[in-house]
Amino acid sequence: MSDIKTKLAPSRRKFLKTAAGAATLAATALHAPFVIAQRAKVKVGFLLPYTGTYTQLGIAITNAFKLYVQENAGKLAGREIEFVQVDSEANPAKAADNTNRLVNLEKVDVIVGPVHSGVAVSMVRVTRESGTLTLVANAGAGAVTGALCAPNVFRSSFTNWQPSYPMGKVLTDRGIKKAVTLAWKYGAGEEAIGGFTENFTQHGGAIVKDLWIPFPKVEFQSLLTEIASLKPEAVFVFFAGGGAVKLVKDYAAAGLRRSVPLFGSGFLTDGVLQAQGADAEGLETTLHYGDSLILPKNLAFREIYNKTYGRYPDVYAVQGYDAAQMLGVGLDAVRGDMKAMKPLIAAIEKAEIDSPRGKFTLSKAHNPVQDIYLRKAEGGENKVTGVAHKALADPAKGCKMA
Amino acid sequence: MDFATFLIQVLNGVQYGLLLFLIASGLTLIFGIMGVINLAHGSFYMVGAYLAFWLTGALGNFWLALPAGIALAALLGIALEWLLIRHLYRRDHLYQVLLTYGLILVFEELRSLAFGDDVHGLALPAPFGFSIPLTDTLSYPVYRLAISGICLALALGMYLLISRTRLGMMIRAGSVNRDMVQALGINIGLLYRLVFALGVALAAFAGMLAAPAASVFPGMGNQVLIISFVVIVIGGLGSIRGALVAALLIGLADVFGQVVFPQISGMTVYLVMAAVLLWRPRGLFGVA
Repeated sequence: MSDIKTKLAPSRRKFLKTAAGAATLAATALHAPFVIAQRAKVKVGFLLPYTGTYTQLGIAITNAFKLYVQENAGKLAGREIEFVQVDSEANPAKAADNTNRLVNLEKVDVIVGPVHSGVAVSMVRVTRESGTLTLVANAGAGAVTGALCAPNVFRSSFTNWQPSYPMGKVLTDRGIKKAVTLAWKYGAGEEAIGGFTENFTQHGGAIVKDLWIPFPKVEFQSLLTEIASLKPEAVFVFFAGGGAVKLVKDYAAAGLRRSVPLFGSGFLTDGVLQAQGADAEGLETTLHYGDSLILPKNLAFREIYNKTYGRYPDVYAVQGYDAAQMLGVGLDAVRGDMKAMKPLIAAIEKAEIDSPRGKFTLSKAHNPVQDIYLRKAEGGENKVTGVAHKALADPAKGCKMA
Repeated sequence: MDFATFLIQVLNGVQYGLLLFLIASGLTLIFGIMGVINLAHGSFYMVGAYLAFWLTGALGNFWLALPAGIALAALLGIALEWLLIRHLYRRDHLYQVLLTYGLILVFEELRSLAFGDDVHGLALPAPFGFSIPLTDTLSYPVYRLAISGICLALALGMYLLISRTRLGMMIRAGSVNRDMVQALGINIGLLYRLVFALGVALAAFAGMLAAPAASVFPGMGNQVLIISFVVIVIGGLGSIRGALVAALLIGLADVFGQVVFPQISGMTVYLVMAAVLLWRPRGLFGVA
């Protein structure tokens, strides 16, 4: 409190002094709201899953976001930050209501979330109207930084297309020409498979068959039988969480690992390696993060996160942390004045975010332009073995932002 | 699809069907015989899986964890029936829906407090932790075949219990006319408590068997709830035989739907349900 008073006093004195000169009236008029704004806290609303299958992801994003604020003594650009949490339940049907609650009832300055792509699409439909600064910290729905893109909507994570796309060329470089794809039949699955297929076929590969399973079903036996009878040179999959665990175990139990190598986007092995055990050993995936990245920023982040929360961060935590960094960059540029939305947005657009995943910038559609790593699961860790695609930008189909 | 692949897919269908029967069997008792709409069925399945995960760690052996888990689940069933469910037998189904939906939330939250929100895996128990080669590229996990065997034995056991024993006779009579059974001097309250406990134990048992084959994760119970209702509705309420036939039908429809029509594989099961209900509105073995 005393901290704020000492800051206020000189600016008030300055106000009285400058008010005498008519020439500086305009400047003080701009300055006055800033003084008032500095007293209030910036209200950050989390729209994340705190129950259900994605709980762990919601918690990781929240924790990491708070960690960044905590590292800056609870303030960004001199303004204290307060948090409101709303459980999205990863339920698209409730997403519009939940977003409205945060925007209209809680009157938050910033919305951070969600995990589920369906929730993200509904959420962004609301916030692009309200103009609330929106930081998407996971959901990869292409539309959020595509057809629905908006000046006030940023993403700190990825598009579903992004982590899958580089694997196409990784496979053709190894002489693999015939692949089968397998994924959950829903938005994220289709976009991920689309990304892989695009790059794979561009480089001379052919998809033998696209196999689908309804989300979130995990009964794979018939599909594995189909793969065994098609005998492709490789299988590319998109699964996460419990489904990823079951697929990797079933794939190994079906004896397919010996004859048909399995590849996937990194969600296949992220946060679930422990549960997959020996069956995941040697699996290669592509993602915008890897636990073992030897970057000073990553090492420092992993250490402090572990010290604070008693566990090592995953890719979701990195995305939450970077959402906070992006807010920090924006607020710094306008000295904490959330009302100055235009310069705030411009600052984030121009920023280079020093992320634990490596530095990234934002595309015109406000999605990270980032390196996608090739990783190999070894001894319970996703070891980075190389960069599968340098500074990859999502094509942002349908984004018409001035 | 060559003939060998076709046969393997039939095996997959039967195997999945038997697993579905195991999952739905507890619901057949509670919904089909007691007439209680139990949305928490999936939660009991999840409780079983987490019990298997926890007890296997604590006791050091999956086969020791199994009976201990079943006993704990049955106790849970008795406690829930005594505390909550028995007050709702004479109420409208809506009350039961509300209560058991509340139970889903309570169990999810308790699970989160007790075990956290991570995905956990459980090693395949000896001596079934291997696969047998079927073709040059495909092997079949023996544990899945073992589950099928257990499911068949369970189906037979339940059939005998319900249709051949005195207890089964009382259960069937109680499902038709509660008051008359009570007037005949049978303790219907105790009988229902036993049936409910058996239903919970069966759901948990299914979860325990599934834990090593799948994994143990938040929200796993919700995935099995709807398909369980589909199985018993197709089979006809209260019919064990119907549930078995329906489960096999769904298993085969699902397997071939997924391979032959991958684009609409999410619908095949429900198309089968719609077709069966148009043909026989009370299900395959439902009594008019």
